[in-house]
Amino acid sequence: MSANQEMAVRYKNNFLKEVEQQVEMGEWVKMCMQCGVCSGSCPTNFHPGWEHPPQEIFMMIRAGKREEVLSSPSMWMCTSCYNCIVRCPRKLPITHIMHGLAEYAYELGLAPKVQPTKNLSKLFWENATKTGRINELTFSLGMYFKDAEGKINIGQGIKKGLEMQKVALGLLKAKRLNLFEIFGGHKCKDQKGIHAMLAKAYALESKRKGRHVG
Amino acid sequence: MTDVVATNETILVVGGGISGMTAALEAAETGKQVVLLEKNPALGGRTAQLYRYFPKMCHPICGLEINLRRLKANPRVLVLTQAEVTGISGSAGDYTATVKLAPRYVNENCTACGACAEAVKTEVDNPFNYNLGKMKAAYIPSAMAYPQRYVLHPSIIGTPDAEAAKAACKYGAIDLEQKEESVEIKAGAVVWATGWQPYDAAKIQPYGYGRYKNVITSVEFERLADPHGPTGGKILRPSDGKEAKNVAFIQCAGSRDENHLRHCSRFCCMASLKQTHYVRENSPEDGKSTIYYIDIRAIDRFEDFYQKVRDDASVSFIKSKVARISEDDNGNPVCWGVNTEGYKRYSNAHDLVVLAVGMEPSVKGVAIPASIVADSSGFIEADPANGAIFGAGCATNALDVNRAVQSATAAALRAIQVVNKVARAEV
Repeated sequence: MSANQEMAVRYKNNFLKEVEQQVEMGEWVKMCMQCGVCSGSCPTNFHPGWEHPPQEIFMMIRAGKREEVLSSPSMWMCTSCYNCIVRCPRKLPITHIMHGLAEYAYELGLAPKVQPTKNLSKLFWENATKTGRINELTFSLGMYFKDAEGKINIGQGIKKGLEMQKVALGLLKAKRLNLFEIFGGHKCKDQKGIHAMLAKAYALESKRKGRHVG
Repeated sequence: MTDVVATNETILVVGGGISGMTAALEAAETGKQVVLLEKNPALGGRTAQLYRYFPKMCHPICGLEINLRRLKANPRVLVLTQAEVTGISGSAGDYTATVKLAPRYVNENCTACGACAEAVKTEVDNPFNYNLGKMKAAYIPSAMAYPQRYVLHPSIIGTPDAEAAKAACKYGAIDLEQKEESVEIKAGAVVWATGWQPYDAAKIQPYGYGRYKNVITSVEFERLADPHGPTGGKILRPSDGKEAKNVAFIQCAGSRDENHLRHCSRFCCMASLKQTHYVRENSPEDGKSTIYYIDIRAIDRFEDFYQKVRDDASVSFIKSKVARISEDDNGNPVCWGVNTEGYKRYSNAHDLVVLAVGMEPSVKGVAIPASIVADSSGFIEADPANGAIFGAGCATNALDVNRAVQSATAAALRAIQVVNKVARAEV
């Protein structure tokens, strides 16, 4: 049974309860009073990818629209500007709930296949946790040489690299970019310790949420 | 020197709005001695500043007139205006209040002829009209003012304007030698009826109150509609004096909001529903009202009032709390948001936006000169720890006029029981 099927069975038709227990800050969803200030304050106004505004997502969760919510690209569009959190009359941590929903959808394998934010997040996480430090050079190269679906694309990489040539030279001059980083670059002293710590945190979190450690 | 005869069988009522007047009269009409204190130069409070009441759409001056008649007919109530309590000591059945009396500079000889106002040149903000207009610095607070006596604004004292006012008075009513004084008043029980203030709309930053001239508050809108108001009863928008025909009302402006007021202010839905009548009366042909709301709280008996407004073709309802307001090139405020019914985005331009501001208790954040238990919104709780200091009206809860009067009557009954015990008429 996939993680998705397992959760669907465990929570039967109670998607709100599932969100409360599985999604970070999900326990706040029931506090929404549908005033609409979050949606009206969102700078992604009229962006075609922002299918359901936060207020609608909250209502869909309560209405049990599990597949529609978890496979939606909407929460991946959040730019973390925090306008909604600042203005929400009920003080819902809306930004965090959006990220929590995105994480949960990813964990269950329901996140949209082609999603730039998802690809960026994944790349960043893998890059940063490898050595405990973000490697700017390999990170940007990773961005340039991967297409929207996350596949290696040499032609696109060279084209993007040339486009950004001026910026890169400026960064080199200001010593913000180091070409020798390609050989591994700066890293934390105790890398094994960091990996162990992250694995332990993941195990604890999975246990707390009753998920199988994948 | 002001002479106040009071004993520990006296009931002290602080605040001369509808609640304080009611509490004072109810107690006095059972035979108790009452001292009624009012901070402003005239009684009536915020009720007197309304154009009309809901649900009957009658004029507050009518209700006030009845109370003023009761007051004039009752020798047991001593009214002190421009009075503020600065300290209370003692305990239930034996309080002493220290009261500061500001000078009016006009004595009892005043006939309200208005000659002093004609002589004075200085103009000051008119707080009765929420500073929407100016008035002379020698003024009568409102047409219905009680006591019906002029006041000199303290800013002109010591200037030639004050001397001019004095010279113009044929009755020797102007006394520039009056000084602030402090009196001590004994009381067995105290009714605290200091009312409310509209929430400071400038704090709701995205709505632009204070930045955009055509965004006003509901209390200011009352003054615009009132024939005694700054526009003579015509709903003219502040930026260009153009008639406002397309008016938006934004509910919960400050209320039900953890960033502003936690509580539902209760009266604002009905106030906006009422104010749609003003728009229609002002422009019967093409007046248009739009109410932006989270949910309409027309409590209990008011449901039919709400239904009638619902059925009115000139009023539309949009289920959405407006996220922000901007201003277009014509000075029209534009409301931005997402409609909860269908989750469609909108940006609607209006002639005028009225913020249905919430009710904040006047006692909030103010050091009441006695120990008082208040709730998380600052309203006075009915708590035994308060001794014989009883809250009444909007000092205790967000109330409309009707409920404030009920609350005041209840407070009067509690105060009466205390002074009866002092007089050993009750155990």
